[in-house]
Amino acid sequence: MIIEALIAVTFAASIAVLLAPDRVAGRLAAALSLLPVIGSLYMWSRFDATGNALMGGDIAFETMVPWLELGGYTLNWHVGVDGIGLPLVVLTTLLSTLAIVSAWTPIDDRQSQFYGLMLFMEANLLGVFTALDFFVWFVFWEAVLLPMYFLIGVWGGPRRKYAAIKFFVYTNIASLAMFIGFIALVFGLGDSVSSLDMPAIAQALRAGELGSLYGIPAATLQSVAFVAMFLGFAVKVPIVPFHTWLPDAHVEAPSPVSVMLAGVLLKMGTYALLRFNFTMMPETATAFAVPIALIAVISVIYGAMLALAQQDLKRIVAYSSVSSMGYVILGLIAYTTYGVGGATFQMIAHGLISGLMFMSVGVIYNATHTRMVGDMSGMADRMPVTTGILVAGAFGYMGLPLMAGFAGEFFIFKGAFESTVTGAMPLFTAAAMFGIVIVAGYLLFAMQRTLFGAFRLETDYEVGPAALHETVPLAILLVTIIVLGVAPDLFFGMIQDAVNPLLEFGGELA
Amino acid sequence: MPLQSQLPAWAAVAPTLLLGLTALVLLIVDSIDPDSTRPTALAGISALGSVAALAVAGWFLLAGTGQTGTGGAIELYGGSIIVDGLSLFFTVIFASVAAMVSLASYDYLRDRTYQAEFYALVMLAATGMSLMGSSGSLATVFVSLELASLPSYALVAFLKNNRGSVEAGLKYFLVGAVSSAVFAFGISLVYAVTGSLLLSEVASTIGSAGDFVGIAGVGIVMIAGGFAFKTASVPFHFWAPEAYEGAPAPISAFLSSASKAAGFAVAFRVFAVAFPIDAVVPMGIDWPLLFAVLAVVTMTLGNFAAATQENVKRMLAYSSVGHAGYALIGLAALSGGGPNGAIMGASMAHLLVYGFMNTGAFLFIAMVEHWEVGRTFEDYNGLATQAPVACLAMTVFMFSLAGLPPFGGFLSKYALFYGAIQGGFWWLAAVGAINSALSLFYYSRVVKAMWIEDPSGSFDLGATPLGIYVAVLVAAVGTLVLLPAFGPVVETAQSAATALFA
Repeated sequence: MIIEALIAVTFAASIAVLLAPDRVAGRLAAALSLLPVIGSLYMWSRFDATGNALMGGDIAFETMVPWLELGGYTLNWHVGVDGIGLPLVVLTTLLSTLAIVSAWTPIDDRQSQFYGLMLFMEANLLGVFTALDFFVWFVFWEAVLLPMYFLIGVWGGPRRKYAAIKFFVYTNIASLAMFIGFIALVFGLGDSVSSLDMPAIAQALRAGELGSLYGIPAATLQSVAFVAMFLGFAVKVPIVPFHTWLPDAHVEAPSPVSVMLAGVLLKMGTYALLRFNFTMMPETATAFAVPIALIAVISVIYGAMLALAQQDLKRIVAYSSVSSMGYVILGLIAYTTYGVGGATFQMIAHGLISGLMFMSVGVIYNATHTRMVGDMSGMADRMPVTTGILVAGAFGYMGLPLMAGFAGEFFIFKGAFESTVTGAMPLFTAAAMFGIVIVAGYLLFAMQRTLFGAFRLETDYEVGPAALHETVPLAILLVTIIVLGVAPDLFFGMIQDAVNPLLEFGGELA
Repeated sequence: MPLQSQLPAWAAVAPTLLLGLTALVLLIVDSIDPDSTRPTALAGISALGSVAALAVAGWFLLAGTGQTGTGGAIELYGGSIIVDGLSLFFTVIFASVAAMVSLASYDYLRDRTYQAEFYALVMLAATGMSLMGSSGSLATVFVSLELASLPSYALVAFLKNNRGSVEAGLKYFLVGAVSSAVFAFGISLVYAVTGSLLLSEVASTIGSAGDFVGIAGVGIVMIAGGFAFKTASVPFHFWAPEAYEGAPAPISAFLSSASKAAGFAVAFRVFAVAFPIDAVVPMGIDWPLLFAVLAVVTMTLGNFAAATQENVKRMLAYSSVGHAGYALIGLAALSGGGPNGAIMGASMAHLLVYGFMNTGAFLFIAMVEHWEVGRTFEDYNGLATQAPVACLAMTVFMFSLAGLPPFGGFLSKYALFYGAIQGGFWWLAAVGAINSALSLFYYSRVVKAMWIEDPSGSFDLGATPLGIYVAVLVAAVGTLVLLPAFGPVVETAQSAATALFA
């Protein structure tokens, strides 16, 4: 019942904060959001799942009760976590609390609504990463969009209305494509499944029980559904060429919301790709290995190039997410322990690091009211602690050893090199690794110009060190990044345990 | 323990009687003390009466009264009145909407005269609707339809110093009168062919219509026209935007939710029972096809018209035409031997959810009218800064009407489209899904105006109207709770609908 408790407490907290007066909303939200953090850490300490939740493994904290029946399909309230879901749950609760605290300074209008929506989003995100019934999962998945729409649209920058609508329309259409693809699969399975239970469907699909539907042969149906779902999730990830909503959304969103967007919401896309496309239809995935790997490499290189061309610190970090998510896709398509496991690990690592980056850019913006690289110089003089943390985060992004980003990228590259899904994988990997050079390029370039040198910023107010409540979340994130970099096994062991069952299929890639 | 073994058979119509009695009590209260306006007492009696009817109908429904498990439908007056799962299910819808509308009217009617008459008319209309759901004969169908319609005409024109209201009432009345005539003529043609008005007898004789197939066909089409009027479906929909816009907002809520549902209650029973597909379609009278065409045209036309409105109330009026199109799937996707109970049940469940979300949306408009904010999207700009909780409720209604999770409207639309696909009408579901996606455009415009746009002027909202506020919150909670509680709702609806096809 702990998962239900976690979700319910977060929902209740969101309502409590919504009804609280603006004055106390920020503090109250932070305090209440500690409850899910404690809950998720408790889950982590008592975690005892083995194997993959969708492949017949033992699921931790599992609940399954019938909800309703529609046309012969049972919908269940089915939740639980395995080694893939749990790290993301921990990431969600931790990052939510830190984002809420970091919002104390910039959010000065309609606070109770802001924090209420943040907690509402957190509750739904927890649902996404724990639901094991497609229908329940889809309800949470869609429900995440609503608070995000408001968070960008109400508290965002000058072009917030455009960005909010664009985000909403893109992700909604993507969800529809994915939904249709998945339902086509369920109908194609015919009598071999009687529910929308994800484990049941995954096992039926892997057992090759898909039949033809409305005269479409099974093989075609599976390919079409795979593509529809891939496109649906690709928008969320986002992968080039579906990434154009992301910079708009990030730039207009207030920094704490960007933290959630980059840190957790993008992971919904890669998580869903892993759970649905790569777990349920491995043959189709490997059949499409070359185009998928190509898309991954293009995302890495093109995203990095775009970041290189930006003048706005936040845009730089935003485009770098496109690039990092490309690595995750590369790891997933590799279909090796290190590839898929590394991709999952990288989801966590990127969540923490991009959260750190957005948060520190937000702190600098709060102090200077600008994000343009050309406008500022020598910030290190005035904000030494923030600068130090930002530099450390940037090194994490570049993959400095002993930081979480290094572990994730290293696992992915190792896994991708070893991969045999297509003969060209080493080539793709080598090309993707070139992305690291560009990443280092734009991050060093941006930091060189903004942080170091003589202080120069034309303002009529004093620019000083950040407040304590702005620095502490950054410090916590940095510590977490280093801890995970030094001891990736805190999570990597359970991830591998959940990933390994996925790799045994068709006898060729065992 | 089956209820009918403990209570006399007539007790089965207790919910309908309760609604009618409430109307009488209101009239008595008014005749004893006609001059002083007692808004609290009148609204209270009206709301309590509806809640009592709701409670009894709900209790009967849960106890299985008139359902297959406890001996089947209870027939009164030789089958002219039938109490079964379908009639009780729809009574639950009417009574919930009537309760919310009564509650909301308390503030809306403040300082107006003829309050007792207003509530009495609402209760009489609700009685008529409830009777429509129980009608087992074309005669009772007609009488109850008129009982529901006549008070509605008066209610639409209730603001008698307001040009729009009177015009709307007149238009509604004229179209209603014509469609009643068409409907009555259709009944007479069916009677001419079958020699009976009882639905079950019509069903057993219509198969041997022989040379009179043409007459029966014309009769059925004319009856369908009468329903199209009541449910605001194309081509008899054009009264709806005018009437909903001109009427007092609580009455718009009442008509667009309860009255529409009543039209469907009767249509479901008449077409499923009196004109069985297996007998009628081979004769060349393909009424599911007729409804399929109506459904597609209605939802498309309603949605496109809604998308071009600048006035929120009008937008909602057209969107309610669109929703009639979705509900029509419950008749359109029927076929000989298909999963008909599941499809019609899904449609009924959608009407229940719709009863909450659409009533809530119109009641929110009533609140905005009470605040004298204005009616266009622009007037709504920045409203959330002044009334966040009410705007949150409106957001719930808008997204639920658009069919987004995590609200009740998502699941009910899902069940509806899913049923259509199961019945082999995947193209109908596709048109519905596309329309539903389109509707997000204009529903989200309201949300955007309230939350994201900056206020164009300053608001002076004054005191919160408690009655409307509570009614809106009740509707919002209902819309939310209907997602997790959708299981029993849809199962009840489907078993009630399946009983019709037995």
